[in-house]
Amino acid sequence: MRDVAVVGFAQRQEAEIADESEVELMVPLMDQVKKSVGLSQQDIGFTCSGSSDFLAGQAFSFVMTIDGTGPVPPISESHVEMDGAWALYEAWVKLQIGDIDTAFVYSYGRPSRGSLRDVLATQMDPYYVAPLWPDAFAIEALRARLLLDSGKVDERQLAEIASRSRAHAAGNPNAVRSSPKSVADILAEPFAVDPLRPSDLPASADGGAVMILAAGDRARELCDRPVWIRGIDHRIDAHSLGVRDLTRVESAEIAAHHAGVADDKIDFAELHAPFTTSEFLLAEALGLDGDTVVNPSGGALAAHTMMASGLIRVGEAATRIQAGDGDRAAAHASSGPCMQQNLVCVLEGD
Amino acid sequence: MGGERAAVIGVGQTKYASTRGDVSMAGLLREAALRALEMADKTWDDIDAIVLGKAPDFFEGVMMPELYLSEALGAVGKPMLRVHTAGSVGGSTACMATSLVQSRVHRTVLTIGWEKQSESNAMWALSLPQPFSTSINAGAGGYFSPIIRRYMMNTNAPELIGCMVAFKDRQHALRNPLAHLHQRDLTFEQVVESPMLWDPIRYSETCPSSDGACAMVITDETGGDAHSGPVAWVQGTAMRTEANNYGGRNMVSPAASEQCAADVFSQAGITDRRREIDAVEMYVPFSWYEPMWLESLGFCDKGEGWRMVESGATGIDGGDLPVNCSGGVLSSNPIGASGMIRFAEAALQVMGAAGEHQVDGARTAFGHAYGGGAQYFAMWVVSADKNR
Amino acid sequence: MSDEVLEAPLVLEYPFTRTTGPVVGAFLTGLREGVVLGVKRGDGSVMCPPLEYDPADSSALSEMVEVGQAGEIVTWAWNGAPRPQQPFDRPFAWALVRLDGADTTILHGVLVDDPSEIHTGMRVDIVWRDERVGQVSDIAGFAPATAPAGSEQPPGSGDGVEVVSAAEPVQSVRTPIRIEYNYTPGRGLSAYLRAMKDKRILGDRCPVSGQVFVPPRGVSPIAGMPTSEMVELADTGYVESFNITRVPIRGRDDLHPPYCSAWIVLDGASVGFMGLVTGIEAEDVTIGLRVKALWKPDDELEMSATNILSWVPTGEPDVVIDNFELVGRVDEAAASEASTDEEAES
Repeated sequence: MRDVAVVGFAQRQEAEIADESEVELMVPLMDQVKKSVGLSQQDIGFTCSGSSDFLAGQAFSFVMTIDGTGPVPPISESHVEMDGAWALYEAWVKLQIGDIDTAFVYSYGRPSRGSLRDVLATQMDPYYVAPLWPDAFAIEALRARLLLDSGKVDERQLAEIASRSRAHAAGNPNAVRSSPKSVADILAEPFAVDPLRPSDLPASADGGAVMILAAGDRARELCDRPVWIRGIDHRIDAHSLGVRDLTRVESAEIAAHHAGVADDKIDFAELHAPFTTSEFLLAEALGLDGDTVVNPSGGALAAHTMMASGLIRVGEAATRIQAGDGDRAAAHASSGPCMQQNLVCVLEGD
Repeated sequence: MGGERAAVIGVGQTKYASTRGDVSMAGLLREAALRALEMADKTWDDIDAIVLGKAPDFFEGVMMPELYLSEALGAVGKPMLRVHTAGSVGGSTACMATSLVQSRVHRTVLTIGWEKQSESNAMWALSLPQPFSTSINAGAGGYFSPIIRRYMMNTNAPELIGCMVAFKDRQHALRNPLAHLHQRDLTFEQVVESPMLWDPIRYSETCPSSDGACAMVITDETGGDAHSGPVAWVQGTAMRTEANNYGGRNMVSPAASEQCAADVFSQAGITDRRREIDAVEMYVPFSWYEPMWLESLGFCDKGEGWRMVESGATGIDGGDLPVNCSGGVLSSNPIGASGMIRFAEAALQVMGAAGEHQVDGARTAFGHAYGGGAQYFAMWVVSADKNR
Repeated sequence: MSDEVLEAPLVLEYPFTRTTGPVVGAFLTGLREGVVLGVKRGDGSVMCPPLEYDPADSSALSEMVEVGQAGEIVTWAWNGAPRPQQPFDRPFAWALVRLDGADTTILHGVLVDDPSEIHTGMRVDIVWRDERVGQVSDIAGFAPATAPAGSEQPPGSGDGVEVVSAAEPVQSVRTPIRIEYNYTPGRGLSAYLRAMKDKRILGDRCPVSGQVFVPPRGVSPIAGMPTSEMVELADTGYVESFNITRVPIRGRDDLHPPYCSAWIVLDGASVGFMGLVTGIEAEDVTIGLRVKALWKPDDELEMSATNILSWVPTGEPDVVIDNFELVGRVDEAAASEASTDEEAES
């Protein structure tokens, strides 16, 4: 495996970005990251992005955003209809081939523009489930009750996750939910979707993220402290809720295994957990113990930008390693109902 | 081109039709996937990863439909990727699948492009309402017609070149049992007399709207060597994207098209494109794009593309550069699959497995796809020989 | 900009028709007939609703078996604020229900008045709709069971049988989609639309090349940077190339074929954009034709691109275009001016 590192990252998340189009939102971030490593678009070997037409309410919505990269002259480029973490994966694969040394990755979403609950209902089985229009919160609430009934977790543990996310998010300028709240106060919240409380739910945000990857010596040239991707893997579970064991996240377990999470101590983990229940399950799936700090940024509970949230987890983890907050981290991205699809990567400093 | 050698060992396609009423969405993909697995002599267990591609989710009204396809495609517990790069997506998806092998991340990958356009209406999905603006464009035809007009004026091409391409591709389609359009009684005169829609584009010069899926099994050098059936060795893949609209942009022969071609032919070690390529499958949704792409891709000089068409050089019977022997996009167009069909048909040609539309002795073939406002490109060169 | 954000509702709506294939079709046919079918897996267990392919080994499944019309709640969640299109129009519970004779669960609504009336493990009965057409909403939902567990013989325990003898099996299903968005055009386009109200046309300038884009998009694709300034353009230009539409298009009954849509390059702009050309027979439009904007009457002007009804010939001689392949014009003077500014700033 060729050594590939994160050498540049920028993000922006706000509760609502109404007055800027997707490309207007992204172009300053793109420009900023390229400048930070001294590269122009024409220096970059491969570009890949992730976004969703359904979220944007427009077919071929990514075509509007490509202009932000400055694709004149033409660039080598691709797009996944997935969270940006999978665009990162595609770029990492291209770097593994060995023909190129740098890659540019971005993703974005503005869920405030549409009814996200309706949008996500169209992600469900089109014959049996989508016609009933269940929303994503209800689907996760079904999982939450299964977990609570099974005794694997109790409401206090979930409230502790929510409270800790808020505390961590206090230091994160991109968080949209960072006001401190005690476990007791969270437990006193009326249910949003019984058995989930408002603090159990993601804080939806608009925004985007941009990342530059580089291989080997090129990474060292571009950056004082490159953050190396030591392992990366992604897996998908069955789609039908009725056939899945919703009290675990099997695809995340497999991905974590292949990414090598358990090979050494994980100092901290950035998990793309939109719900407190998802964070609980992911910590278990990745085999994290009490020594690992989970979601130092506050995670998706503090700011959840659909289509970028996974890439932002990787960026958050890389930024912290770069700052010397730890040596080895796990970053995770998910997609689909009840985290059907999961990506795990292990990041290390030099 | 660095990395591991990649080889196509299986191709599977559905029958293309305006409505495949006999299958669900999953059933449609399965049909192509199982045929590809069978040709590759593989089972689901042999597949390390699945790479899917399709055009906008609004065509079927399912957000990220690949999620629901997990069970049907043997993907549970495996990696699955979903590519979307406009009309070029089928080609980009094949390139991504090839990359997974070239990078040695995986050994054997299943890739599928599909569209079930009968679930909605392409014109609806492609012309979603846009507040504050007005719609005069009438879809892709209205967009590409002015570009074709520029080509015609620039090259003084005779008016009926487009009709010749359309007639040729529909004749080719008669040799391809899977093609959507089988117009046995069609005459050249009928093509010429078909209604003008987006002048200079006639009805018969446009592509149909199809249901269909196309799959390939791509494996590494060891897998290719071990395969007992025919193999198409990937000699080069390339993707290029450029902005849709900027001053000085050549919309007839976009820079992205020319640079993508230069890259892929260079990887394959091809210097004389017309002589060294035995069969071409290019993305021609409107007939005039055949001469336009022939020039842009460097199969001839600028202004000579229409002469190649006129001379019959691109026909399967006697042409020195047969183009779209499968019938092309003009005869089958499940949008998300259309690009992959080009790539797969190129592979079939060098595998000697194209049946009645086989080009005799084809050793090296070229697959091509484009999308957006002629700004997204994906191409590959495949060969019967591992070392060309 | 101090102006409020431009916003407009955008509704995406379509009655999708899905073909079902044999397994989904059999299940939906069963629902229409008031029968619930599952599918038997290789290990003998039964999935309801029936999947076409086994999640464990991806094998194709086809052996349909009838399951019970009562079952047990495996998990549930309270939906206090139902949305249109959902099973009930008053608060209800979502639940995964394992029907008697099935080994997997089905998602649907359970109608109870209050979350206190539902619990995991509770027995529920299917509530059928009176009029059934062969779709999942033929089941209106579930209601607390009237009979205790075990009192009803689960019919799905026998061998696979042809349990539905419908004359016309369901082969397709209508699944309409309606999603509401709040469309916001972005800063560049918003400025353009506001100016439109005053019969002004704005473009924006690339800070590096000096090219002027219209409509403004806030970004220069050449530089990969935000555009640097807004530029007011003349409402005159020329036809770069054109299309003649000879068939009617949906939603524009006012356009009578044949009509001409053209790439219009405004004086001072580097790129063209699509507009309608009128005041001339479509057949007589030429590449290079000089045109000017035909605006709506002043009292009908709004913040919309529709303010320009069309483009009409000015009567000036055609612009001579030397290279038909090149689209748009780089404004050399503007480009050098812009680069000078850049140097001055840096």
